[in-house]
Amino acid sequence: MVKEGYRKERLDRGIKARCDSIFMLTSYREILYMLLPRVLPIAALIIIPLVLEVSGQVYWQKVFILACVISLLAMGWDYLASVGLVSLGQALFFGVGAYIAGALNHYLKWPIFLTIPVATLGGALICTLLLAPIIRMRGIYFGMVTLAFPLFFNRIIEATKLCGGTEGLPGLTQFPTIWVATYLIIGALLICLFAFRRIIDTDYGMVLRGIRDNDRAIMASGINIYWVKVQAIFICAAAGAFAGAFMSHHIGIVGMSVFALDMSIMPVAAVVLGGGGTFAGATLGTFILVPLSEFLRAYGTLRIAIYSLVMVVCVVGLPEGIFHYLQRKYHQFDRWVTVEAKE
Amino acid sequence: MELLIYGLVNSAILAVMAIGLSLTFGVSGIANFAYGGFYILGAYTCWGLFTQLGLPYLLSVILSMAALAALGFIFYWLVFLRVRGMEISEAIASFGVGIAILEFLRWWGFIGFYYNLPGFLKGSVEIGGVFVDCHRLIIIGVALALVIFLWLFSHYTKIGLAFRGVAQEERTALSLGINSDFTAALSVAFGSALGVLAAITILPTGTILIDKGYDALLFALAVGLVGGLESTLGVLLASLILGFAQTAVAVYGATHWMMVVTLGAIIIVLAVKPSGLFGKSKELEERV
Amino acid sequence: MKRDLLKVVNLTKSFGGVRAVDEVSFEVAEGEFLGLIGPNGSGKTTTVNLITGYVKSDKGKVFFKGKDITGKAPYAIANIGIARSFQMVRPLYQLPAFKNIVVALRSPRVMKEIRGGKYGELDDIAIDLLEDVGFERDSFVPYKLASALPHGYLKRMELARCMALRPDLYILDELFSGMSMSEVAATMFIIEKMKQGGKTVIMIEHRLRELFRVADRVLVLNFGRKIAEGTPKEISESNEVKKAYIGVEVELA
Repeated sequence: MVKEGYRKERLDRGIKARCDSIFMLTSYREILYMLLPRVLPIAALIIIPLVLEVSGQVYWQKVFILACVISLLAMGWDYLASVGLVSLGQALFFGVGAYIAGALNHYLKWPIFLTIPVATLGGALICTLLLAPIIRMRGIYFGMVTLAFPLFFNRIIEATKLCGGTEGLPGLTQFPTIWVATYLIIGALLICLFAFRRIIDTDYGMVLRGIRDNDRAIMASGINIYWVKVQAIFICAAAGAFAGAFMSHHIGIVGMSVFALDMSIMPVAAVVLGGGGTFAGATLGTFILVPLSEFLRAYGTLRIAIYSLVMVVCVVGLPEGIFHYLQRKYHQFDRWVTVEAKE
Repeated sequence: MELLIYGLVNSAILAVMAIGLSLTFGVSGIANFAYGGFYILGAYTCWGLFTQLGLPYLLSVILSMAALAALGFIFYWLVFLRVRGMEISEAIASFGVGIAILEFLRWWGFIGFYYNLPGFLKGSVEIGGVFVDCHRLIIIGVALALVIFLWLFSHYTKIGLAFRGVAQEERTALSLGINSDFTAALSVAFGSALGVLAAITILPTGTILIDKGYDALLFALAVGLVGGLESTLGVLLASLILGFAQTAVAVYGATHWMMVVTLGAIIIVLAVKPSGLFGKSKELEERV
Repeated sequence: MKRDLLKVVNLTKSFGGVRAVDEVSFEVAEGEFLGLIGPNGSGKTTTVNLITGYVKSDKGKVFFKGKDITGKAPYAIANIGIARSFQMVRPLYQLPAFKNIVVALRSPRVMKEIRGGKYGELDDIAIDLLEDVGFERDSFVPYKLASALPHGYLKRMELARCMALRPDLYILDELFSGMSMSEVAATMFIIEKMKQGGKTVIMIEHRLRELFRVADRVLVLNFGRKIAEGTPKEISESNEVKKAYIGVEVELA
């Protein structure tokens, strides 16, 4: 939107400026201004399952858990993207974790509290080893390989009947109650959110972002960028593998669908919609996208088409994402000011 | 003998699939992940023109290629141009478009044996004691023709030379008066048209399935990763390697290990030479 | 005679058909200040890139402290103790200037020495280093985003980044290019201090007057080949060097 003779000016809200000093503690309004946007979402995360339980919405309880799972994948994606690696196959991490947990539980009868940690670390290790050779490559190679891997795993399982083939591995141990499952995944989500935010803000995170922006400067500083990238992949893969292991125990079966395209696109679309680089944006995006896709479930595969398009439109038209937009509107206001006419 | 012929056919199929993707990437550095979508969309367009509108087969082939080329061109101006240079966005945008096309078609209900394309020739011939459909032989012919055509095109025509110029050094090409955006758009269009040609050549061996779009993208990527994406020679060699490896496994009775072989090949190549057999090294280099 | 710190043997690199660096050999003794000059395109920067691992050589070897370091990765070479500055600065623009230095302080080489520092110690060290190269602390220059700094400051930030690595050998690639006269004078002061401190430096420069003031020995490259080597005085009197700079009336100090 352009207005002739005016230009748009963005200014911080007065309350934001006041909140910069310790004396904000003397005003409940300013305390609320600072705390609400941070505490409210967390509170919502904790309370929503209770509300759903009371109102007896079993279906939406499942959707809520799915959203948490996807948001773990989305945050992992965001973390990788902050080193400049674009993964087009989060399903790889998810699926490897799911199958490890499933196989351990199905064949060896390991209990849940063993399978999930083993699947998380083991899955992360396997994925890191698979992807390590290509981190030297520039550009989009990483995306291509990550796109191809889950599809291949899918076909291989289908063809070789490994791990139950198309049937999957049924009859896995489930969580004792839905409460354990719900709060386990909420806990994991919050831990990831806060840990990732913290990591990115430290000097180590600065190196991560530096590699994305200018790897030459980082290397000239004597830091092994490949080793840092491997670490980033490991962390992302661990989050994804945990999500996968959790999911296979949650629904009690692990099948080929864990490598499905859904699991790859959803996280990317969520980050793109929510806004990258903040992790909170990734979570926000998932909690918009997952319920939306559930509403569209009646339309079959059209929902995949729809949220792929949402993703494309966001990438092209709204590169900053919803989260950044909201954050800006919360802290700043716009106004039109006259432009002094040029002679 | 069986191995030789079917290996050759299989390699030709892979080469034809990969060449469109490879061309676009080689020229403009754009990885067009919408390739699988265009591939299937082209097949359905051709099918629609041929069976629904009753156009002659050759005409519908040409028309569908032209239509998808135009679509690729528009796609570049609408989507790629706005996110050019941001690899993350390029990948996500084209990936999204490809999936949207495929899943939309699936929802629309293009499933079933009803949807198939006729082969160019019916019947089969016997070569060395093995019966082969004529059509499969034609695939080999098309693959050969495509490679030769591409080579001639890129070395002797003006657009081809512009392609090569942009592929080698975009800024220098710009300063020589080559419109790199136009060339890149053309390369996307060209790649899409080649994708359609691939679809029309390959799909008559079965019915048109949505999943074959994903397959096309997957195998094109596999070939590209093994051979080095931007190199035509690499594509050729990689399709031979993968094609024969797959067929060998299939001939010796382990059909379901075909995928494992392909994945194994990718992993081995990535571990040994990440840029692919013939890929120009895209590793770190001083960019002053 | 002090022992050689860096020894380059028959280094060769071709780009396409052009031999950018052709059989170049030289050595740098400990504590020596070596100047590297030559017309544009004579292969100076490529030589540096070959030594520091940014470009893979076709032929030849590089020895540092007697060990073969040919073909090692750039970060490995930085950790061994060769720090280089870039002619074209490309810092981490989104970060404050001192954070650019902190990245270098986080390299294994430096971390070994200052392990167990207190919280925020790296930041303090970085700001001190920036102050050494003339970033006025009083006017908060070290805290400004790198994208907000003028080119001359970024060049000196490169120098500070090299210092942060505490290297045994500095390679400064056209540090003065793009600096104003007063900035050159200020930077010259730092360089002279480095020389007094006994640092080993290879300096590529087009400003011969400044270079000849500090260099112990000068190496001249042309078309990728070493055409002359000697003290600044010998070089400034050499006919061959003058020929290489044909058309440019160089006033050699």
